[in-house]
Amino acid sequence: MTRTARDRALAAATGLCVALVLGMLLVVVGEIVRHGWPQLSWAFLTDQPTADMTGGGIFPAIYGTVALTLLMTVAVVPMGVATAVWLHEYAGRSSRLAAVVRAAVHNLAGVPSIVFGLFGLGFFVLFLGGSIDDLVYGDPTRPVWGKPGVLWAALTLAVLTLPVVIVTTEEALRAVPRDLREAALGLGATRLQTVVRVVLPNARAGILTGLILAVSRGAGEVAPILFTGAANFLPYLPSDLRDMFMHLGYHVFVLATQSPNVEAARPALYGTVLVLLVLTLSLNVAAVWLRSRYRAALRS
Amino acid sequence: MKHVWLAAGLWACSGGHGEGRSAGSNQESASGAPASPRQGQTLTIKGSDTMVILAQRWAEAFMAANPGTSVQVSGGGSGTGIAALMNGTTDLATSSRPMRDRERQELRRTRNVDAVETAVALDALAVYVHTSNSLPALTLEQLKAIYRGRIRNFREVGGPDRPIVLYSRENNSGTYAYFKEHVLGEEDFAPETQTLPGTSAVVNAVARDPNGIGYGGIAYAEGIRSVPLLGADGQPVEATLQNATSRRYPLARHLYIYSPGTPEGLARRFLDFVVSPAGQNVVEGVGYYPLAPSTGQATGSGHAAGSPAPESDVPTTTNVPLGEQLRGS
Amino acid sequence: MTPVNETGDAAAAGAPDPAVPPRDHDESEAADVPRRKSRRLADSFRTPWTHRLVERAVAAVAWTAIVAIAFIFVFVAREAIPLLYERHEDGSFRLVDLFAPRQWPGYDAPVYVWQPVGTPEKFNVVPLFVGTLKVTVLAMLLSVPLGVGCAMYVSQYASRRVREIVKPVIELLASLPSVVLGFFALIVLASSMQAVFGFRFRLNATVAAVALSLAIVPVVFTVTEDALSSVPRSLHEAAIALGARKYQTTLRVVIPAALPGIAAAIILGFGRAIGETMIVLMASGNAATLAPFDPTTSVRTVTATIAAELGEVARGEPHWRVLFLLGLMLFALTFLLNLAGGLIVRRLHRRLTASAT
Repeated sequence: MTRTARDRALAAATGLCVALVLGMLLVVVGEIVRHGWPQLSWAFLTDQPTADMTGGGIFPAIYGTVALTLLMTVAVVPMGVATAVWLHEYAGRSSRLAAVVRAAVHNLAGVPSIVFGLFGLGFFVLFLGGSIDDLVYGDPTRPVWGKPGVLWAALTLAVLTLPVVIVTTEEALRAVPRDLREAALGLGATRLQTVVRVVLPNARAGILTGLILAVSRGAGEVAPILFTGAANFLPYLPSDLRDMFMHLGYHVFVLATQSPNVEAARPALYGTVLVLLVLTLSLNVAAVWLRSRYRAALRS
Repeated sequence: MKHVWLAAGLWACSGGHGEGRSAGSNQESASGAPASPRQGQTLTIKGSDTMVILAQRWAEAFMAANPGTSVQVSGGGSGTGIAALMNGTTDLATSSRPMRDRERQELRRTRNVDAVETAVALDALAVYVHTSNSLPALTLEQLKAIYRGRIRNFREVGGPDRPIVLYSRENNSGTYAYFKEHVLGEEDFAPETQTLPGTSAVVNAVARDPNGIGYGGIAYAEGIRSVPLLGADGQPVEATLQNATSRRYPLARHLYIYSPGTPEGLARRFLDFVVSPAGQNVVEGVGYYPLAPSTGQATGSGHAAGSPAPESDVPTTTNVPLGEQLRGS
Repeated sequence: MTPVNETGDAAAAGAPDPAVPPRDHDESEAADVPRRKSRRLADSFRTPWTHRLVERAVAAVAWTAIVAIAFIFVFVAREAIPLLYERHEDGSFRLVDLFAPRQWPGYDAPVYVWQPVGTPEKFNVVPLFVGTLKVTVLAMLLSVPLGVGCAMYVSQYASRRVREIVKPVIELLASLPSVVLGFFALIVLASSMQAVFGFRFRLNATVAAVALSLAIVPVVFTVTEDALSSVPRSLHEAAIALGARKYQTTLRVVIPAALPGIAAAIILGFGRAIGETMIVLMASGNAATLAPFDPTTSVRTVTATIAAELGEVARGEPHWRVLFLLGLMLFALTFLLNLAGGLIVRRLHRRLTASAT
C-alpha cells in the first residue's frame, strides 16, 4: 500500500467510526420520533393516564419530573455555585483542600447512579427521615418523613448533579476576566462584593449552562429515584414534599416492562420516550449553544 | 433507626400519605401527621402486580359508589405490599400469595397487630407458549423438569423440536413465589431462566419467541397460547373458569387482600364491597374468576380483632393455597 | 437576554480601569499578588463581619462534595456491614456462601447460585459479577475502537467546521437518558438483532452491550479527544518536518504521546459501563447464568440485581444487606477506577504541557 493510500485508509476508517456513531444516534432518535410523533397531542401532554396507563396522557409524569428537577435545582445550584466560587475565587492555587475537593467532585461524577439510589435510601429516607420521625412523632410504625418522597428523591439527584454544576460554574468563573475583579477590588469593594456584584453576574451564562445540564441529567436519571420516591401510578398530583411522584423516565420503564398490556401501551410508550427525549436533548442543545456563545466571547 | 425495620414500599409505590393513612385504623394518634382534607377518606392499597388492574377497577367502582372517598392503588409485587403494610405506608396490601409466617411475625412485632386475610378472587396460573407451539399438554412434573433445566427441548415432552427458552417473573412477585413453591417444590429455577419485571413482559416475550415458555395469570394471556395441564385424572385441563372453580385445574390460587388488624372504617367498607356481588362482577371483567358464591358472602366479616389468620371460620381465608387443596382432593 | 454580550461589554469596560496594576508580570504572579494585597487592604479597613460570615459559609459548603463521597460510603456500608457480624439464628446465611460454591440440597455438585428468594436463600454474588464483567467487556470491545476512532477523526482529520458539528453531537449522545437506550434495546434492537444473528435468547449480553456502548462511546471519545488535542503542535510540526505523512504522524507520534489519555478513557468508560443500570436491567434478560465466555446468553448484572430486588426486601434481612453490600463493592470498584483514570489524565496533561514549553 502506498503511503497516500494508507493515509486515506486511516482517514476512511476513523471517518467510518464517526459515521457509525452518528448513524446509531440517528436510528435511535429517528425510530423514537417516527413512532412517537403521531402520539403527541395537547391532550397527551395534559391528561391523566387512563385505561391502565395505555390511554390518556402523561401529565402527572411531566408534572412530577418538573417538580422533582425544580426542587433539585433549588438544592444543587447554591451548593454547586458556592463550591465553585470557593474553588476559584478563594482557594489558593496550591490549596491542598481545593485539590481534594476537585478529586471528590471528579469521583462523585463517576459514582454509579444505582449507588446514589442506595445512598438516597440509606441516608435521606431511612436515616434523615427516620430520625425526624423518631424525634418529632415517635411512632415508628407510621413513618411521616422516613419513607420515599419527592424531597428525598430531589436531594439524591442534587448530590448526583452537583459535579455538573461545580465544573460548569468553575469554567464560567475562569472565563471572567481577571481585570474585572481587580477593578472592583481597586475601587474598594470587599472580596464578597466583588464576587457577588461583579464576578457572578458576569458568569451568569455559565451558571445557567450548568443549571440546564444538571436539569437535563436529573430529568433523565431513573435508577436513583427507584427507591427514593418514584411511583408507577398516582391518582393525584404531588402537593407535599413527602408525596411520591410520577416521573417520565420511570414511566418509560414501567410502560416498557410492567404495563398490563405491552402492545396496547406501545403508542403511549413511544410518546413518553419522545417527550423525555425532546426535554433532555433540547436542554442539552441549549446548554451547548450557550456555552459556545460564552466561549466565543471569551476567545475574542 | 432501630424502629424502622422494614423498607417502605420502595420499588414502585404510590404515596402512602402520612396524613392519609387513618382509614381502617383504630390507632389514629393525636401526635400524627398534620390534618388534611383527605383524612379519613383516603385508602391506600399496594402490592401485587397481578392484582393492580383488578384493584384499580375495584377502586374506581368503589369511588363511584361512595363519592368523596379516594382509593389509591399501586403495584410493585406482593412482597412490596406486605413490606409496606409492616411499615405503615399502606392501609391494605394485595397479594397473589398467602402471607408467610415470618411476615406475620414481623407485622406483629413492628405494629403489634395481626394480619387479617381476605380472599378476594380466584386466579388460574396459565403456562404460556408461542402461538405456533403445538405442545399438547404438560404434567406438573414435566413443567418442573423444564423450569429446573432438565428438559431442554419441547420434543422431550411431546412438542415440536425446539430448544426451550425459559421466562419467569422477577423474584419480588407473588406469582414467582407461588410457582417456585407449587411447581418447583422450592427447588431453584434453572440459572438461564430469564426474569422479567412484569407478567405482561413475560407474555410479550413469549409472544415473540417461538422457543419460549412462561407463566402468569390467565388474565394476561393474550397473543400467546396457554398450555393445558394434566389434572389428577390424567386428562388435559384448560385454564378456564369452570376448571378453576371445579377444582380440576392444578394451578389455581386465591388472590388476597391483607389488612393490619380487623379492617375498620373505609377499609372495611372497601373490603365489603370487594366481596359483594358488585365487587365480584368486576373480577370477571378483568379476567380473573369470582369467588365461589358460598364463600364470597362470608368473607370480610366475623374476624375477631387481633385474631391471627382465621383459617377456621371462613373457607376462603385459609392459608392453604387453592392449588394444594385441589391436588389433595 | 444577552448575558454573553454583557460579559464582553463588561470586560471591555473594565479593562482600562486605572486601579488595575500594570500587567507586565508573569501570568501566575499576576493572578495572585494583587489579589492578596487588595484583600489585606480591604480586610483592615472595611470587610464587615457579615461578609466574613458569608465567606466562611461558602468555604464550608465547598466541603459538600467531600462529605457526599464520605456519606455515600458510610450510609451504604451502614446497611451492609452488619452482615459481617450479625448472627443468623437459623444458620441459613453464611458469609462464605457469598463467594464460594456450595452444594445445596437438590444439586449434584457445588454451584455458584443467585436465588435470593426461596428456602434456603442462595446469595452467591459470583454470577452477578461475571454478568457485569461480561456485558462491560463486550461493550468496551465495541465502544473503545469507535470512541478512539471518532476522537482520531475529529482531532486529526476533520476540518474546523466539521469538528464543531461532530464533536457536540457525539457528546450529545451522552445526554440520552439511559432508560431511553434501555427502551430502544428492549423494544427495537433485541428483535432486529435476533433476526439477524439468530440468538437463542432475545434479550442477551450482546444486545445489552450494544446499547451500553452507545452510552460509553461519548465517555471514551471525550477523554481521548481531549488527550489527542492536547498533544502539542510542536510534536506534529516536528514529525511533518521530518517528512512524515499524516497517518504516520497520527499513529507514531500523536497516539503514543496521548496513550495514557486513551488508557484513562478506557478506564473511565469501564467504570461508567460497570455502573450503568437501566440499560442492562431492561435489555440483558436478567438470568443469573455463569457462562463467562458465551456472549449470547442472558446475564444478570450487579446493578440490575439491586434495582430489581431491593424494592421488595424487608430492611435488615440478609437479602437487604447483601444488596447493599453489592452496592458497596460497586462503589469501591468505580471509585478506584475513577481515581486511577483521573490520576492518569492529570499526569498526562502535566507532561504534555511541560514538553510543550
